[in-house]
Amino acid sequence: MGANFFSNYAEVIAMALFATGFANLLLQKNLIKKIIGLNIMDSSIYLFLAVKGYITGRTVPIVVDGVTSVERYINPIPAGLVLTGIVVSVSVSALMLSLTIRLYRRYRTLNLDEISTRLKKEGL
Amino acid sequence: MMGFVRNFPFFSIMLAMFSGPVCSVLPGKAARVLNAVVITVIIGLSAVLLGNLIVTRESFVFMMGHFPAPWGNEIRAGILEAGMALFFSIVMLLSVLGGIKKLYDEVNTGKHNLYYVLVGLMLSSLLALVYTNDLFTAYVFVEINTISACGLIMIRENGRTIEAAVRYMIMSLIGSGMILLGICILYDITGHLLMSNIKESVEGLVSAGHYPEPLLCTIALMSVGLAIKCALFPFHAWLPDAYGYSTVSSAAILSSLVSKGYIFLLIKIIYRVIGFEIYKNSGIIDVLFIFGLSGMIFGSVSAIRENDIRRMIAYSSVAQIGYIFMGIGMGTAFGMVAAIFHMLSHAATKSLLFISAIGLTDVSDGSRKFGPLTGSAYRNRMAGIAFAVGALSMVGVPLFSGFISKLLFAEAAVNLTVRMLPVLIVLGISTILNAIYFMKTVIRIYTPVEEDENFRREGYEKVHMRSVPLYSAVLGAFVILNVILGVMSDPIVELIRQGLDMFA
Repeated sequence: MGANFFSNYAEVIAMALFATGFANLLLQKNLIKKIIGLNIMDSSIYLFLAVKGYITGRTVPIVVDGVTSVERYINPIPAGLVLTGIVVSVSVSALMLSLTIRLYRRYRTLNLDEISTRLKKEGL
Repeated sequence: MMGFVRNFPFFSIMLAMFSGPVCSVLPGKAARVLNAVVITVIIGLSAVLLGNLIVTRESFVFMMGHFPAPWGNEIRAGILEAGMALFFSIVMLLSVLGGIKKLYDEVNTGKHNLYYVLVGLMLSSLLALVYTNDLFTAYVFVEINTISACGLIMIRENGRTIEAAVRYMIMSLIGSGMILLGICILYDITGHLLMSNIKESVEGLVSAGHYPEPLLCTIALMSVGLAIKCALFPFHAWLPDAYGYSTVSSAAILSSLVSKGYIFLLIKIIYRVIGFEIYKNSGIIDVLFIFGLSGMIFGSVSAIRENDIRRMIAYSSVAQIGYIFMGIGMGTAFGMVAAIFHMLSHAATKSLLFISAIGLTDVSDGSRKFGPLTGSAYRNRMAGIAFAVGALSMVGVPLFSGFISKLLFAEAAVNLTVRMLPVLIVLGISTILNAIYFMKTVIRIYTPVEEDENFRREGYEKVHMRSVPLYSAVLGAFVILNVILGVMSDPIVELIRQGLDMFA
């Protein structure tokens, strides 16, 4: 168990980051901190994919010297998944930020709980 | 001919996706017509596809792009997929048409056309979730679904809806983060993204005894992620605001379609990615079962305590989602059939309830509290009848769809061993609780009030069916849909059964 933890340290870091981001997204009151948490959570998954996608000693999957053996190259798909994931994460972050701006203009605070209490007082 | 029909799933997804941007640049009326026409065309395409599949009795795989499996991307269609697509697009069309007048009242004029972009995006992502055979594509469309759902909630642009949209986004993003991590771990241990290939490797892994913990992790992450997104009981905190304050079409779409899309994806993951037996033997199905049972009780209790008709209907959704997860959690084919039938029944009923409730609140000076709603069924008769039908269906009165789903759940429970008793007991309690709050509301709206006292007041005018023809027609269509599900349930259940067989 302990040896596995050391040899797979990058995966361990990725999971720790995932937990950090997850907890921040869920528990922070400040909306900007929540969005930062979201980005940490998503980035940790990309780190996980990138680590899992690399095999030590192998090279990019482009044939330049006529070697076509599978043993020579890494799988390009994890990198593609990371790129797709980044695009998705950018768009949801942008959406969250725009919602945050809307709320801030209206209530002059970034604290979600305070916004909720004020809404209840308004009785909308 | 058969070859051409195979393009239909792809056509439906693309039509829905690209009609939105076109709508956004058209003049108001044209956009409205185009949106309705496109959804009608998709209904037609799905119906033809379903008919064709019933005749051929064979599911097919449609290659997206030029690379064959295990590398390329695929669409897959069987009876269940085509039937769901048909049903989703019918409910989508009715929900949009039923709330269109309210949408024009509540939303800024400049934003009307944007609504059709969101509706198109929503429908295309639902169809893609239904048809896709690729797990990562499913993830991308889950996110597209989340984004368009957020837009649907916040289109009204008052403080309440924006706050609801933020809360919805936070929970949804937590859910999709978990789904993504689950998919990545699964990809890591199987090396595939296509559902059929993953299933093969998972079977190999399980029989060889490799990677038991990562497999359990990925099952847990994907199930809980999807459960959060469709507001299963302990994760439902965002739901009442999102359903209660958004414009009525959005509430209908969110409650009857968005959550169903995620549940359908979960069922696909159970059958086509992990494999039913392996999923059943992991402990996760028990967790879903318990969450489902508690949701049935606590959702109804919260609904009883609510003094706002829209929020009451929203809380009732929590209970109904609980029913569906109870069906999945039974771990038998019967339970799954009942769960899928309840998906249809709940979708047809909940959108009916939301749309008829808006007719009742509109003739009560816009108030959603029960006091002013007294006697509102006499002021808008069509809405009153429709609400009563929806309420009776949710309670489980024969003739309506809700009765059949309760019957199916009970029948499925009889075949169980340990879980029989809890299912039957909770089913009974939950039915009584449902009856309490729905019958209370129906009695309230049918309690006559002194005419001269109330009708003189502004906002309490009578509305005639003829003055709101589209709205009344939509309610009529929903009632018919409900009765069809309730009366002609045998062939539908048979189709669901065949569809599930095609799944495996």
